[in-house]
Amino acid sequence: MPPRRLLGEGIRSIVMWAPLVVSCAYVVLFSLWTTAVSLTRSTLLPDYSWAGWRNYTVVLNSRNWQVAYANLAIYGTLFVVLATAVGLLLAVLIDQRIRGENVFRTIFLYPIAVSFVVTGTVWGWLFNPSIGLQKLVQGWGWTGFRFGWTIDRDLAIYAIVVAAIWHGSGFAMALFLAGLRSVDADLLKAAQIDGAGPWRTYTRVVLPTIGPIFVSVLVMLLQFAIKTYDLVVALTAGGPGISSTLPALVVYDFMFQRGELGRGSAAAVMLLASLAVVVLPYSAFRLWQNRRRFARV
Amino acid sequence: MSESRLARGLIYGTLLVFSLFYLLPLVVVMLNAVRSTADINHNSVIAWPAAVVWGNFAETWSRYCIAEHCTGIRPYLINSLLMVIPATIISTLLGALNGYSLALWRFRGDGIIFFVMTLGVFLPQQMNLVPWAIVLRDLGLFNTISGLVLIHVVQGMSFTTLFCRNYYVSIPPDLLKAARIDGAGFFRIFWRIVLPLSPPILVVTAIWQFTGIWNEFLFGVTFSAGQNQPITAALIALAVHVSEAPQYGLQSAAVLMAAAPTLLVYLFGGRYFVRGLTSGAVK
Repeated sequence: MPPRRLLGEGIRSIVMWAPLVVSCAYVVLFSLWTTAVSLTRSTLLPDYSWAGWRNYTVVLNSRNWQVAYANLAIYGTLFVVLATAVGLLLAVLIDQRIRGENVFRTIFLYPIAVSFVVTGTVWGWLFNPSIGLQKLVQGWGWTGFRFGWTIDRDLAIYAIVVAAIWHGSGFAMALFLAGLRSVDADLLKAAQIDGAGPWRTYTRVVLPTIGPIFVSVLVMLLQFAIKTYDLVVALTAGGPGISSTLPALVVYDFMFQRGELGRGSAAAVMLLASLAVVVLPYSAFRLWQNRRRFARV
Repeated sequence: MSESRLARGLIYGTLLVFSLFYLLPLVVVMLNAVRSTADINHNSVIAWPAAVVWGNFAETWSRYCIAEHCTGIRPYLINSLLMVIPATIISTLLGALNGYSLALWRFRGDGIIFFVMTLGVFLPQQMNLVPWAIVLRDLGLFNTISGLVLIHVVQGMSFTTLFCRNYYVSIPPDLLKAARIDGAGFFRIFWRIVLPLSPPILVVTAIWQFTGIWNEFLFGVTFSAGQNQPITAALIALAVHVSEAPQYGLQSAAVLMAAAPTLLVYLFGGRYFVRGLTSGAVK
């Protein structure tokens, strides 16, 4: 091969491979790196002396971690179920050939463009008893009215659920609506000819055909719930006390507030494991689905 | 007839009630940005301005104190711009290049590479905090905007590659075969054939990158401090700093200015937003 061709080939290979390698290595190596740190005695700085599983047992037995996972169970379940339900309801309503469809869609989806920091800050004001909804209702003369979820240990986690639904349900709506619009018109006509009413048409014909979208919506919302961090920092900072903390906050707390990089990393690995349980089956499913589609083409 | 009219009424009624729920925070921020602190403390955050105070914006923009620095939020907004513009452009272009390699230059192991990258989209940021801290320290990029740009480019590539690759697989292979027979190589095909077909996907990708990077908080707060922080981190610092004597009018003006760029992008590019959202899940 003449040297100029060779040089050209070399440049081509580098330009083509460098970004591919970097983005793959980033996913694999950084995960392995944090896993390695989680098995060491690292505190303020990484220190590669072996600690075995000790960090994991310490984190698992810490009160923060237990409270965080109990909260994640409540928050994750309520958020995923309610955001899906609201999203589906709004999508079905918008699909009824209504006027002002674009306006409604824009209103329901705009929260997705707003940061969690802003979302948490503003909902924090609305939940704040001295300036929020409680103050408003008391100003109407109903002075006994109490609404201070963010300052109540038992209710703070539900304030996070409300703010998260505000942020995430429009996303579910958009996916469902796209699904509803992709349902074969002939199928609907056939249902109509068979004399099926709107309720039966939806439950028997439309919803079963958009089954894959249900899976997508549930997985996306659930992985989002597991990763929730900034929303809580801005809304309750995990408080009062640690009553509304979530796993992602505990990771940060171990790593940078207590200076326990090993334990923080162990917590991060367990967070990743929780995610993997949700995401890996889904990714495999999507991969299989794609294969099948390409095989058909 | 009357039954269907009742049904229509119920549909619109429900949609309107939900609209109020979604609009409430935005309306609250917009109204409070022009209200005085005394007015808010007296009448709650949900009220019409007793008197319109335009001064909140000027004060928040350039004079308000965040953690002892009385420079307003302007430097933090500038930090965010300096971070988001290069990070969006570079990560989108590298994603296009990656997507092109993966979709149109099939090679051994391309499926695995793509699968690993897709996992990167789901990887929690917490898994990368310690490695990034060490890498940034060794590169001398700790507490710099360039460091944040680097993070967002590398992390963003998972996402941009996914978008672009899924778009490029629909380009007919015959088009490339013909170009290759004519002697066009890797770069020329990318430049002459693939890029001219790409504007739709590049716009979608860039809009999502811009929104995601502008709104990102964890990396910003962990790897920058003081005057080098992006706006999201500064907003939290502001809230903590003023918690003794909150000034909700000024904070609302700050929140509004921090949210405005992505909200405007959403308002003017809404259809691209939705396209990006549904392209992954519905196909």
